[in-house]
Amino acid sequence: MKRAGFTNVWLPIALLLPQLSIIAIFFYWPAGWALQSSFYLQDPFGFGSTFVGFENYTDLTRNREYLRIAGFTVVFCGLVTFFSLALALLLAVKADKVIRGAKTYRTLLMWVYAIAPPVAGFMGIMFFDQRNGPITEFFQVLGWDFKLGVNYFDTATAMIMVSVWKQIPVNFIFFLSGLQSIPRAVREAAMIDNRSAAGRFWGVTFPLLAPTAFFLLIINITYALFDTFGIIDTLMKGEPGNNPMTLVYKVYLDGFRGNDLGGSSAQSVILMILVLALTVFQFRLIERRIHYT
Amino acid sequence: MAQVSLSNIRKVYPNGFEAVQPSDIQINDGEFVVLVGPSGCGKSTLLRMIAGLEDISDGELRIGDRVVNDVDPADRDIAMVFQNYALYPHMTVEKNMGYGIKNRGASKEEIARKVAEAAGMLNLTEYLTRRPSQLSGGQRQRVAMGRAIVRDPALFLFDEPLSNLDAKLRNQMRIEIKALQRRLGTTAVYVTHDQVEAMTMADRIIVLNGGRIEQIGTPSQIYHNPASTFVASFMGAPPMNLLEGRFDNGTVMINGGTALMPSPLQRSGPITVGIRPEDVLLEPTGPLPFQVDIVEELGAHRLLHGRLEDQNFTVHVDKETHVSPGALRIALKQDALRLFDVKTGQSL
Amino acid sequence: MAELSTTSDTLTTAKAQPVRRKRIKISNIVDHAVLIAGAVLMLLPVVMVFLTTGFEDTDILRNGLRIDVGPHMGENFSNAMFERSGFTEAITGMRMLTNSLILGVGFALGKIAISLLAAYAIVYFRLRFATLAFWIIFTTLLLPLEVRILPSYEAIQRLGMTNTYGGLIIPLIASATATFFFRQFLMSVPEELAEAARIDGAGPVKFFIDILVPLSRTMIAAIFIIMFVFGWNQYLWPTMITTEESMFTLVRGIKQIVAVLEGGTIPEYGKSLALAIIAMIPPVLIVVFFQNWFVKGLTESDK
Ligand SMILES: Nc1ncnc2c1ncn2[C@@H]1O[C@H](COP(=O)(O)OP(=O)(O)OP(=O)(O)O)[C@@H](O)[C@H]1O
Ligand SMILES: [Mg+2]
Repeated sequence: MKRAGFTNVWLPIALLLPQLSIIAIFFYWPAGWALQSSFYLQDPFGFGSTFVGFENYTDLTRNREYLRIAGFTVVFCGLVTFFSLALALLLAVKADKVIRGAKTYRTLLMWVYAIAPPVAGFMGIMFFDQRNGPITEFFQVLGWDFKLGVNYFDTATAMIMVSVWKQIPVNFIFFLSGLQSIPRAVREAAMIDNRSAAGRFWGVTFPLLAPTAFFLLIINITYALFDTFGIIDTLMKGEPGNNPMTLVYKVYLDGFRGNDLGGSSAQSVILMILVLALTVFQFRLIERRIHYT
Repeated sequence: MAQVSLSNIRKVYPNGFEAVQPSDIQINDGEFVVLVGPSGCGKSTLLRMIAGLEDISDGELRIGDRVVNDVDPADRDIAMVFQNYALYPHMTVEKNMGYGIKNRGASKEEIARKVAEAAGMLNLTEYLTRRPSQLSGGQRQRVAMGRAIVRDPALFLFDEPLSNLDAKLRNQMRIEIKALQRRLGTTAVYVTHDQVEAMTMADRIIVLNGGRIEQIGTPSQIYHNPASTFVASFMGAPPMNLLEGRFDNGTVMINGGTALMPSPLQRSGPITVGIRPEDVLLEPTGPLPFQVDIVEELGAHRLLHGRLEDQNFTVHVDKETHVSPGALRIALKQDALRLFDVKTGQSL
Repeated sequence: MAELSTTSDTLTTAKAQPVRRKRIKISNIVDHAVLIAGAVLMLLPVVMVFLTTGFEDTDILRNGLRIDVGPHMGENFSNAMFERSGFTEAITGMRMLTNSLILGVGFALGKIAISLLAAYAIVYFRLRFATLAFWIIFTTLLLPLEVRILPSYEAIQRLGMTNTYGGLIIPLIASATATFFFRQFLMSVPEELAEAARIDGAGPVKFFIDILVPLSRTMIAAIFIIMFVFGWNQYLWPTMITTEESMFTLVRGIKQIVAVLEGGTIPEYGKSLALAIIAMIPPVLIVVFFQNWFVKGLTESDK
């Protein structure tokens, strides 16, 4: 709050009212409802429900399919985060270095940000098409008989590749602006202290980028968890079958298609706790960063 | 035009910190009062209470003959110039200066006339259509002044308005502000931690320390008769020399045992003796030995830093006097000696 | 491409230069090569999709994506925009485009309005329950719509808001991202500005309209772009909430396209790819043309 705040009583309440009411109806009510139904077993024909305590949760820990999906989600998040961060960092470092065409490169490397994940997924379908997708053909040259939507591993590969492609721009933008905010004087001091460019990068630039990288780590995990839904859904062409999927997809599948409300709610709650942990972690980082500057 | 009176004004921040202890101040109509003191002593707090930007915890504040404790800042008939100027970045100079009276329902013509008049006074006429970001620091400072002038208030409030300027500009603006205030005859309260500004601009100076008023007086009173060792050492560059001494047998001595003057008081025990560096005379036959360590060349004069019987001591000499480090003998002007209580620091 | 000639420039000058400078130039070429590879990686897939819209469906079925120019582009795009399709024959590309625009703009504007007001209340008023309001609002940052998608759907259904623009837009607004950005921004506005305005006699409403909104213009523009793209690209929520084809957005339409790819008849590849391109154009244009604002908004507000 500002030092010399206004003292009106009703005006701020009126200003807050729209936001608070939307949040109450479309956030707290649904979230509370999810929490509640995670403790109930819904009758499959819609006639009422029975309180079952933590059964929905314990069921999940024994559900092998669920555990497999959780495992896949972890691997998926890890790979997507790693590759999109690494590639973006490489590009950002280069874009920060060149003098000519820097602006053009920035534009060319960031615009994919605006493409919707399912559109990227649809493009993926074309590129990984079993008969004549260009990437499939390329893999075949390498001796890899790539089968999207049939082979679990192949489908997962496609999902990861498309997700990485879609996420590079965001990371690139953040890394580039992180690099550009490193004071000139610091770089010049490093130039004097260290002859080797690689040495300067790992000794000076990278540590200074670390806050950005940490922040991006969270952003990317969140992206891989939630925003890839559209990519996954389109790449499996809406047919879950034996295809790889993430936890969020499973929530949607069980709740919306499978009508297992209790189980799906329990999964939602587990995800909520996961995101909560991530966010608390992130807030810690932000706090630390504010203290730096 | 108005007089301002603060009776028993006190500020306790919500966290329980007492930033201003109960204080009484009378400011006369048309007077230029400077609040001076070290950082964190409560100057801004006091000023902001007068402005109405900070609640007054206790006491009564009058501007003119109105008690304004609960009056909104906009209705106190004041204008304020901030340290960072607080110009509205998206408005032109003209809009910035006119915004206050526009909000009070002034007509377009009146706004235009007053803005033009103020701009003329401040040499801003050619910049009226620029935005603050297109101005130099000194010009921004003038716009902030202009904004205050246009409102034609009963009271000007300044919170370190010159501290973002370079030394040369600061000297120039100091004179301009003072001249402007003279001309307009508006009462002004001016906050600074720069004692040169305080000395040169003020009709009266209020020295604050740790939320308490140390002394109120004209610049000359503050300089020559500081009420405490704090004021003695805060005002003046270099500050007053303060020596450990004692009363003995009706004389005042410094610790080495040299008698300085007959004691004006019936007392014995330790005491602090103060003397301004320029009240020291270099005399080959002087009673005191002074060891010069460093000669500080300032062009118009020189400062000799050294030790007087193992106590730090500074002497001011004019530019004709050439001295090199080494032993000297000095005398102190008797009537310039000031005595302070060792414990309370108060003048005796 | 301008960058290619830049590289060859560098090549020739490198040869002409004395040996000492050569090393620097080589690393320069590597930099440009990496960047060009990156640009191609980003650009080529979309270019191929675009070019493929120049061919007939049977052709695409047989040969897949293309990198040459075909004659049927106009036809495919006009089919995509104007041909009625779907089970109910109720939807054209035009209609989906309109729906997408309504979702993108409505979401962005709604979000900005609501969060700017809320942030203003939190930052500039002495509210006894300010901290409480802050926490009520900012807890929503913790849970993206995706994790509470089912109950949110349930809520919309009980309110009878399925297949309405309100049902589509309002629940998406129920997260505090923009409020958080604006709060950060307002906190960075110098204190003295509000104080000067108070002395100048501006009340809370006047201060907001005369000072804060003009000051926040860049921030508002930046957030508008980010939110527009976010709204436009929504997929899961529209998929659940809109079952009537006349309410489909372009991105939602992708699901329909993909669903029929597996059918027995020859899929309408040309039209589908054209629709995918149409779905990209508005957000891409906005991001490219306003990239300075966009980058500023993204990097400064997320901190
Ligand atoms: N909102 C607040 N809550 C608690 N304490 C405060 C608050 N504002 C200021 N203070 C404290 O009150 C004291 C006086 O502050 P003030 O701003 O008046 O100092 P100042 O004399 O203007 O210093 P400076 O020369 O640095 O501007 C300081 O110790 C400060 O830490
Ligand atoms: Mg201050």
